[in-house]
Amino acid sequence: MGFLDTLLGRTKPVPPKLDDLFSLPSAAVTLEAATGFTPTGTGSVCFRPAEGKAFADVEKDVRELLDMSGAKTGTLPVEVTKDSYGFTWLVSSHMSTELEDLVTDLHAVNSSLVDNGFGPQLLCTIVAFRDEQQRRLALVYLFKRGTFYPFAPLSGERRDNALEMQVKGAVESELKIEQDLSRWFPVWGAPGL
Amino acid sequence: MVARTRYAPDRGLTARMTATMFLLGLVFVIFVAAIVFILGAVHASTGIIVLAAVVLGGGIAIGSLFFSDKIALSTAGAVEVTPQQAPELHGVVDRICALADMPKPRIAISPTDIPNAFATGRNSEHAVLCVTQGLLRRLDREELEGVISHELSHVAHKDVMVMTIASFLAIIAGLLIRFSFYGELFGGGRRSSNDQNSGLILLAILGVSIVVYAISFLLIRLLSRYRELAADRSGALLTGQPSALASALQKVSGTIARIPTKDLREAQPLNAFFFVPALSARDGGTAIANLFSTHPPLEKRLAQLAKISKQLGQQQ
Repeated sequence: MGFLDTLLGRTKPVPPKLDDLFSLPSAAVTLEAATGFTPTGTGSVCFRPAEGKAFADVEKDVRELLDMSGAKTGTLPVEVTKDSYGFTWLVSSHMSTELEDLVTDLHAVNSSLVDNGFGPQLLCTIVAFRDEQQRRLALVYLFKRGTFYPFAPLSGERRDNALEMQVKGAVESELKIEQDLSRWFPVWGAPGL
Repeated sequence: MVARTRYAPDRGLTARMTATMFLLGLVFVIFVAAIVFILGAVHASTGIIVLAAVVLGGGIAIGSLFFSDKIALSTAGAVEVTPQQAPELHGVVDRICALADMPKPRIAISPTDIPNAFATGRNSEHAVLCVTQGLLRRLDREELEGVISHELSHVAHKDVMVMTIASFLAIIAGLLIRFSFYGELFGGGRRSSNDQNSGLILLAILGVSIVVYAISFLLIRLLSRYRELAADRSGALLTGQPSALASALQKVSGTIARIPTKDLREAQPLNAFFFVPALSARDGGTAIANLFSTHPPLEKRLAQLAKISKQLGQQQ
């Protein structure tokens, strides 16, 4: 925020940064080589629904768009869940080898929200990974900062910080990793994870 | 790509706030000019009083700026909580901070049953967000989120800093009133012809200070009300749920009239930073009460939120 905005008590909503999402597929290859984690093919977009019909319409359009593209390739329809914090998650499921399609889907959701003026409502996008021991891992993309961070939940709302740091090291050269560790906020129970 | 936005700026509010701050600045300039003139009119032996007031006033302002978080927390009897102690509250704050792209403040809970919240600290790195048990008990998740986004907007707008700077003038004027009053009182006994002059000077300073104090007091209250409206606005736009904030406001202000007096008195020093003032008059509708109040009347806040809700729902 600029000096004048501070003085006048104005906050401009932060517009999301979208394009870095497309660096995910190549980072996934690096991640697998370094740690053995592979994409599950599931990813989700989390946003804060705004009240009113305008937003409901956009949300409906986005779902139809994804269902249509899903019907073409024969994947599962998108799943919509509302979490206990009042945020909506659109979950898109593909085959584990179709990470690029998944990212395209996720990007489509983001850009339709942005095009309709609801960009500031976007919170994060997550893409899920698993390793052979079925450990869970997500790469979380923060729209407002345009950065990624790893999130590795364990049972009982604890997170595997060691694994997160290991993943950070592995993909650092491919993805813009969030350097401020205090921004690595947990997404417990995120759908599709 | 040019992102379209639904967030129309509120030019009226900006203009009114600018005007208020301009008037405060004007009063400050006139005040300084008047003091300089009074001291310059005669051999200035009373200058020491003015100097003392400025130094002491500056000390008070800087002190309250730097220790605002500690002072406010200890006044409210609040304790900081970790994510393990209050996972839900931390979760709500985490998400709002990620939406707004701002650093997460420390979080405290005050054990009182008055439903209220405040945020303090000189900048976002030193910010503390405090909610009361009463608030957590009464509001549902969406309403709580509305209140928290309102408070985080205060942090983003650096309201503690702005209000402290705005109050600087009033602090100095207040100190000068006190100093010159006592100077007049105790200087009266041993008065030669030279001292008679300084007695007059003190009287003049006293007069000017009282006028400045009164005007700046009203302007600061006005500025505080505008900043509350600005925080309501930013908070509602941040979550996209103006109606949840409106419902929280109604819930909180409805129950506030029923709180016990002891808690009311304890809450007094924190009023300017509260979500709704704990000391609002029961019938907050009278013009005089509004003039002295740190927060805008409920109807005004609700009307603004209704307007934002309408804007958000518009088809483009």
